[in-house]
Amino acid sequence: MKSAGLSAVLLAALALAALAGRAPAETAQSSSEEPVQLKTGPGSDLTTGRCILCHSLEYIPANAPAMDRAAWQKTVQKMREKFAAPISDAEAKEIVDYLSANYAEKS
Amino acid sequence: MVTRRDLLLGAAAGYVAGDAWADELYGDPRGVLGVLPEKKPLIRRSIRPPNYETLLKDLVPDITPNEVFFVRYHLSRIPRVDAALWRLEVSGASAQRPLSLSLADLKSGFEHVTVTAVNQGSGFRRGLCSPRVPGVQWGSGAIGNALWGGVRLRDVLQRAGVGADALEVVYRGADGPALMGTPEFVKSLPVERALDEHTLIALEMNGAPLPHWNGAPARLVVPGWTGTYWMKHLTQLRIEPKPFDGFWMKGAYRLPTGAFPGERFVSQETKENTPITEILVDSLITGPVPGAHLRRGQQVILAGKAWDGGSGIEAVEVSLDGRQSWRPATFGRDLGRFAWRSFHLPLDTAKAGPMQVSVRARSRNGSVQPEKLTFNAAGYHDNRVQSVSLVVT
Repeated sequence: MKSAGLSAVLLAALALAALAGRAPAETAQSSSEEPVQLKTGPGSDLTTGRCILCHSLEYIPANAPAMDRAAWQKTVQKMREKFAAPISDAEAKEIVDYLSANYAEKS
Repeated sequence: MVTRRDLLLGAAAGYVAGDAWADELYGDPRGVLGVLPEKKPLIRRSIRPPNYETLLKDLVPDITPNEVFFVRYHLSRIPRVDAALWRLEVSGASAQRPLSLSLADLKSGFEHVTVTAVNQGSGFRRGLCSPRVPGVQWGSGAIGNALWGGVRLRDVLQRAGVGADALEVVYRGADGPALMGTPEFVKSLPVERALDEHTLIALEMNGAPLPHWNGAPARLVVPGWTGTYWMKHLTQLRIEPKPFDGFWMKGAYRLPTGAFPGERFVSQETKENTPITEILVDSLITGPVPGAHLRRGQQVILAGKAWDGGSGIEAVEVSLDGRQSWRPATFGRDLGRFAWRSFHLPLDTAKAGPMQVSVRARSRNGSVQPEKLTFNAAGYHDNRVQSVSLVVT
């Protein structure tokens, strides 16, 4: 029992140290920091360049669980038609291909 | 034996140490903490435009402090408005005497009023719905309850003269899009709602001037309706005889027509869909947190909030046996029918084993939180009965 007690104390210390160490790193962030980057691959530069005109990139991984190819198609279309995103037909195809390959997790 | 998980969960429930909140992200693997200037840490959903939600621990007080109140923007060009230069234009085809008001005009020329009201983002809990739907993946923190102070929207509109043909009040704020062609964030209200005595142009939040991120120097407060109508950095009101035809009314914030209870926005309704309007009866368990391990014999209080669209909460009931039987929780302070109501109930921790706690609120209008989600493409109105699974060891 002694070792169990010790290990509990040790774990407690580790857990609190982990918590204590975590907080400052996170609270140091501000709205202007931490560029979110997309996975590197064919189309990632174009996708980054067009999307960040209006919004930061975490929208993309955050939405991945809700997205399949058809949903990305619809979203890119909405960005072009409703939000006036400057994306040509050829670029739209490359962006949809990239997003479908990397951020489509809808089951 | 105390495991690391117990410690983390204990910390989250507030049993270990004040600031060591470990599960504050509520099990969301994608959530990260972020800080906006003048705000304390919030759960960051996006940097630009800024979308940040409140940590569960900060929803415990009856009044949500300004520095932890959630932040929601659609467009990324957000000016810091100079209150000394700010003006509110009131015009439109149904306005009889168009006006331009300074902040000083608003403060000196109209009766000062207050209301305590819940501001609930329309997308509240969207990120928790199944199947998942696109949009900002909000958890349970896109909500807060504040004391709003300012002037009645009605008084300002009536100073401008509301024509007999007035149908909607159309309004916008100072923030705008990054690109020329992106629709400005413009919304409208039925004229009846705009003239409701509880609808305010708020200048203060919890006794302080409105914080920048919550709409300084003036925002609309539409008690009982979801946050999409609560325009921040308000600059323009138009009294109009026709339905406003803009993207943020016709193309967003829509529900299937007839699928949900609540006030209708008839002039914006189509056969297929209709604007989201009223907040539905709902509750939130603020403690213990899901998965918390409770010690046998430990004194543990179930606590949370219940609210609706302004009828007021009649009862909150708790089930400890898988929703077979229900017992009433005790209410906290009554802050008015547009505010949320705290509730609490001591939990019996005499017996070891798993414990499932469910909570349902009932509105004075008779509606009760449903068991099932009425699925809709935008993930709105997830006001299902709330449950947490706990373990007594």
